[in-house]
Amino acid sequence: MGSLRLVTILLLLGSPAFAQSPTYGVGRTPTAEEIRRMDISIGPTGEELPPGRGTAKEGAQVFEQKGCIACHGPAGLGGMAPELQSKKGQDVPIWQRERILPLRSPFATTVWDYINRGMPAGNEGTLTANEVYSLTAYLLFLNKVIPEDQVLDQQSLPKVKMPIGDDYAKLHDWKPRTPRLEGYPY
Amino acid sequence: MGSERTSRRELLKGGAALAGGVTLGELASSQAQAHDHPMTPGSQNASPMILGSKELVEYGQRSRYVTSVRIQHPPGGRPSPDLFGKVFHVASPLQDSVGVITPSSLHYVATTRGSYMPDIDPKQHTLTIHGLVDHPLTLTMDDLKRFPSVTRLHFIECAGNRHTPRQKTVQETHGMTSCAEWTGVLLSTLLKECGLKGSATWFVAEGAEEVKGASSMPIAKAMDDCLIAYGMNGEALRPQQGFPVRIIPPGFEGIFHTKYLRRIKVVDRYYMNYNDFGHLREDPKEAALSEQIGPKSVITYPSGGQQLPGRGFYEISGLAWSGGGAIRTVEVSTDGGKKWNLAELKTTPQRMAHVRFGYQWTWDGNATEILSRATDEIGQVQALREQIAQWWNVPVERNYRVPGLDNSVMPWKIAKDGSVTNGLA
Repeated sequence: MGSLRLVTILLLLGSPAFAQSPTYGVGRTPTAEEIRRMDISIGPTGEELPPGRGTAKEGAQVFEQKGCIACHGPAGLGGMAPELQSKKGQDVPIWQRERILPLRSPFATTVWDYINRGMPAGNEGTLTANEVYSLTAYLLFLNKVIPEDQVLDQQSLPKVKMPIGDDYAKLHDWKPRTPRLEGYPY
Repeated sequence: MGSERTSRRELLKGGAALAGGVTLGELASSQAQAHDHPMTPGSQNASPMILGSKELVEYGQRSRYVTSVRIQHPPGGRPSPDLFGKVFHVASPLQDSVGVITPSSLHYVATTRGSYMPDIDPKQHTLTIHGLVDHPLTLTMDDLKRFPSVTRLHFIECAGNRHTPRQKTVQETHGMTSCAEWTGVLLSTLLKECGLKGSATWFVAEGAEEVKGASSMPIAKAMDDCLIAYGMNGEALRPQQGFPVRIIPPGFEGIFHTKYLRRIKVVDRYYMNYNDFGHLREDPKEAALSEQIGPKSVITYPSGGQQLPGRGFYEISGLAWSGGGAIRTVEVSTDGGKKWNLAELKTTPQRMAHVRFGYQWTWDGNATEILSRATDEIGQVQALREQIAQWWNVPVERNYRVPGLDNSVMPWKIAKDGSVTNGLA
């Protein structure tokens, strides 16, 4: 018993407190800076958002400069790629309006995340933070989610109230070996 | 050397084989000699020979008479490859499949918005696990292969695998699913190594392709059976399947199986990144149906576009699978759903894997409809479209769209002339 405890203590002492993983000791610990650079997952709180700012007016310019119009059409209408501006009125319930990301998304952070990682097609990952904030503001403005002069940045973007509010399905608490929907046909 | 050749020729002289060898040409003759035994009547190979080549020696090829290929999906939809060389959706030729393993070359392919395949140098690629863990970890592909491995059979199925009245063949109706043997490390092994924090409830899996496709999944799934796979059907993953590494969350819709996996971030809420917006639903019931796949089966022989030569014996053959676990039973009806008969399972059912079923049937030559339905280990039963519509309390129209991934029963019509067509048409 005593010797076992000693072995445990020795093992604990022997386990390196640096750059190694606990059980197998394989791999390395990424630096905080490495993680920050690769972490482009922007969650609803916006805690991962980088510094920067932008408005709809600036976004309209970026939309032209970066060639967004070629696929999405002027002001996000009439292109081959998905349309980005709703043609239905704000009085129409959100689920009866178009499935447009900067309109239907529950979080403005998702719009930022999408543009940042996935646009422009063919040149993904080349936009600056300011350009992404500006484009996000422009698309939210086109869909009447925010006013034209609103500045979007790390603080204001996660606070944007999206028209969907809380009117969307939260995913259920998934459990293994459980029907996907209790009582669903047979 | 010369005398040796002569002695072989003399050996051959004894039989009529020599004449055969000559008429078959130099190739067959030298082949017979190479095997160093005389040809005897009846042992002649009437076919031409396949000349050995460096390529065939190093990495084999199927017979030129086997021509089964993948096709773009849907047939009239967006082409793969498109003008720019991007691939969107490609369906597997299930009508020609045997057993349960889809050859890697025929495995279905899907990309989230049409994308190029990244040409990743595995020496440059790393997988980083971070977020709500005690020790973030960056692994090279060599590092990953040092962890204890598992090898499992799993199907993958695209949410677009939807049978409609317009489709003709089982490749068109059901070809967006495949099953392969995957080798890798359990995500739970890696997460335990990193030390999950108590607040961890979700994780985001992200790929390295140009759009950095990312999906949010429950941490319970990660700890249950998610596989970080680097191997497929006994070799490295193919680029179309995410080389050098992808995640397999068994039984979840295909889009969750992030390819070119570069990052796993453990988080405390649903992150709604990139692919997750596509899963946004108004009705929680529908949302629940677009994650884990329900029990499903389809008859691959006889199926749409095939022709029965006449009345008599046939073994009806098909595939069954479920996102809820292993398949327990498959039933086949040969009279349009009036009577259901227990099918034979041809392979050992495994969790979230295709199982091959068969049902011995003697066709009397009359027009009929054949169907199959699967029940999984947790008791979920594959339903008819009519039953699903009834559950949702909506009329069953010809173009009724089953909510979530369409796992409804697929009917095939057999006409008196033996032609097989889509029973929904």
